[in-house]
Amino acid sequence: MPFIEAIWLALAQIRVQKLKSFFTLLGVCIGVMFLIAVISIVQGMSSYMENDFAAKMLGVNTFTLRRFPWFGDGASSEEEWRTWLRRPRIYHTDLALVGSVLPPGSRIAVESQEYLQAQSQWARPKQVEAHAIDGDYFTIKKYDVHVGRLFTQQESSLGAPVVVIGDEVAKYFFRDLDPLGRQLRIKGMPYTVIGVLEKQGSVFGLSLDRVAIAPYNSPLHHFTNPRGDVDGIMVQTPTSLAMTDAMESVREVMRGRRKLRPGDPDNFFMETSASALAFMDKLKKIMTMAGTVFPAIGLIVGGLVIMNIMLVAVAERTREIGIRKSLGARRRDIMRQFLIEAATLSTLGAVLGIILGIVIAKIVEWKTPLPAAIAPWSIVMATLLGTVVGIISGVYPARRAASLDPIEALRKE
Amino acid sequence: MQTADEIPLSTTAERQVITSVAATAPDKDWVIVTRGLKRDYDMGGEIVHALRGVDIAIRRNEYVAIMGPSGSGKSTLMNLIGCLDTPNAGEYWLNGELVSDKDEDELARVRNREIGFVFQTFNLLPRATALHNVELPLVYAGVGSDERKKRATEALERVQLGDRTHHRPNELSGGQKQRVAIARALVNQPSILLADEPTGNLDSTTSEEIMRVFEGLAEQGQTVIMVTHESDIAAHARRVIVLRDGQVASDDKRATFIKSAGIAPPDLSAMRKG
Repeated sequence: MPFIEAIWLALAQIRVQKLKSFFTLLGVCIGVMFLIAVISIVQGMSSYMENDFAAKMLGVNTFTLRRFPWFGDGASSEEEWRTWLRRPRIYHTDLALVGSVLPPGSRIAVESQEYLQAQSQWARPKQVEAHAIDGDYFTIKKYDVHVGRLFTQQESSLGAPVVVIGDEVAKYFFRDLDPLGRQLRIKGMPYTVIGVLEKQGSVFGLSLDRVAIAPYNSPLHHFTNPRGDVDGIMVQTPTSLAMTDAMESVREVMRGRRKLRPGDPDNFFMETSASALAFMDKLKKIMTMAGTVFPAIGLIVGGLVIMNIMLVAVAERTREIGIRKSLGARRRDIMRQFLIEAATLSTLGAVLGIILGIVIAKIVEWKTPLPAAIAPWSIVMATLLGTVVGIISGVYPARRAASLDPIEALRKE
Repeated sequence: MQTADEIPLSTTAERQVITSVAATAPDKDWVIVTRGLKRDYDMGGEIVHALRGVDIAIRRNEYVAIMGPSGSGKSTLMNLIGCLDTPNAGEYWLNGELVSDKDEDELARVRNREIGFVFQTFNLLPRATALHNVELPLVYAGVGSDERKKRATEALERVQLGDRTHHRPNELSGGQKQRVAIARALVNQPSILLADEPTGNLDSTTSEEIMRVFEGLAEQGQTVIMVTHESDIAAHARRVIVLRDGQVASDDKRATFIKSAGIAPPDLSAMRKG
């Protein structure tokens, strides 16, 4: 019997017994549904991490020289953490040294940040994310002003008490007012607002618009890092290839400055989006694993249900099998008919599951900050998985049907 | 007008010659030749000899009834002739081909090409339309969809059911169901039409109707073999083979059978008109 014919036959069979068929494919449907939902959410999260989180927090082709990693999964032990704390700090004076070894076209910036109390005449005091910066910070971060301007060269080098603030800061402290030219006090020191940044949005519910950025040389850095050090030196290279080279050069000069012997480990860390996302990969693996175990159980149960129902179908349709055999159906014809029926049922279940899974992912996206990315490969995979489950669970019943003796089968009522 | 009895039949002597020479392919004229056909069943340790060496030879275009009481082995013989079963011993030549040692799939092919079954219980697929039921043998013969529809429609027209193609079996009367089954049996132009108690589930009027169809087919040159336990049904055939205890008890022309069975001859001329 031709293939297409057998599929039509299977669909007709399913149509005749809608309710029974529905329950038969429920298991596969639920399994696939969870599979698609989990994959979509994990994919969504990781693309979110890679695109939004990594780009916004760390930047593309960017690494940050730090005392120890900020992002990632932290020190593996108490011991390691203590060695990290014993490391020398990074200072503003390292900026020139690092800058001297970078490939042309690179950008460099110093960053020192702390949550500090700010206040204005028009609002109650509130914490802001205060940054004392120097160098190409705004370029690396892709920050641009919505109104006003960024620091001038002069303001930077002289450390003028000026501040560029985030959208939320502007709205909170200068509600219904033009913030430009007004004073924002941070830790009691007055700063003149010269610009408001474009709205940045949020990462994992953390707003990126609560910043107040002042030149490094302004008094702010005494409060962000009272010990006189900086949080890190950010470097952006024109290409990712140049970044690897730049990191190697920076490592060399830093080791040289700190007089490390060849066998000594680095006592600083160069954080990249990749190193920050390493923990995300770990998380992703765990989630994918947990997310596949449950659907896998669903699929196995679904397969068993299909096998069972197909066995019942073979028993119920023994006479039909006898008739078909008497009319010239070979073993392989009968085998194929039942295999295709099982596969069609199961694939149908998978397709239903895919639709429901996408709906769930969309609901999660709508109700929570987690985005959902429906990967095309997951749809293809789920469909194939459905077909394979159907074929595997159909083999035994189909073989049974095919091996029926036509005389016995015809005699059956 | 020529009566059915005057259509020439093979002589008994000729048949005996055909069935006695083992392992040689019979003449092409002979559709069915069995030599020493034996079939045993193991019924829970007890061996039942259903057929104990059956020799029959049937020529093309013959209309034969195989008769016998229950337990005579006629169903077993039908299964063997219909290639649904294989003998324990003996030869079965169908259309010059030795089918008694073919494997399952080859037998399925033979059933598909050479044999058209008509069963007592019709054995139609209940959910399929008459047309689809008739198409089935063509499906397994690998005939394309358009050709199948055409041939199935023609076959249904041949049994006067051209207006019932899209009816399902439960929308048809017993006689109509059996005619659908006949159309299905004929659609692949088989060498033999093999009917197993074709009137067993029908009332006498409908039985006559089906017998008329068979008569017409025999008239057109279709080889018909009918298995029955009713002698008045068997009397419609031109030749009656009676089985008893797994062996051929008698093999006669219709006239001889009617005389020895002591039954009223069927009104064949009325049948031909119908």
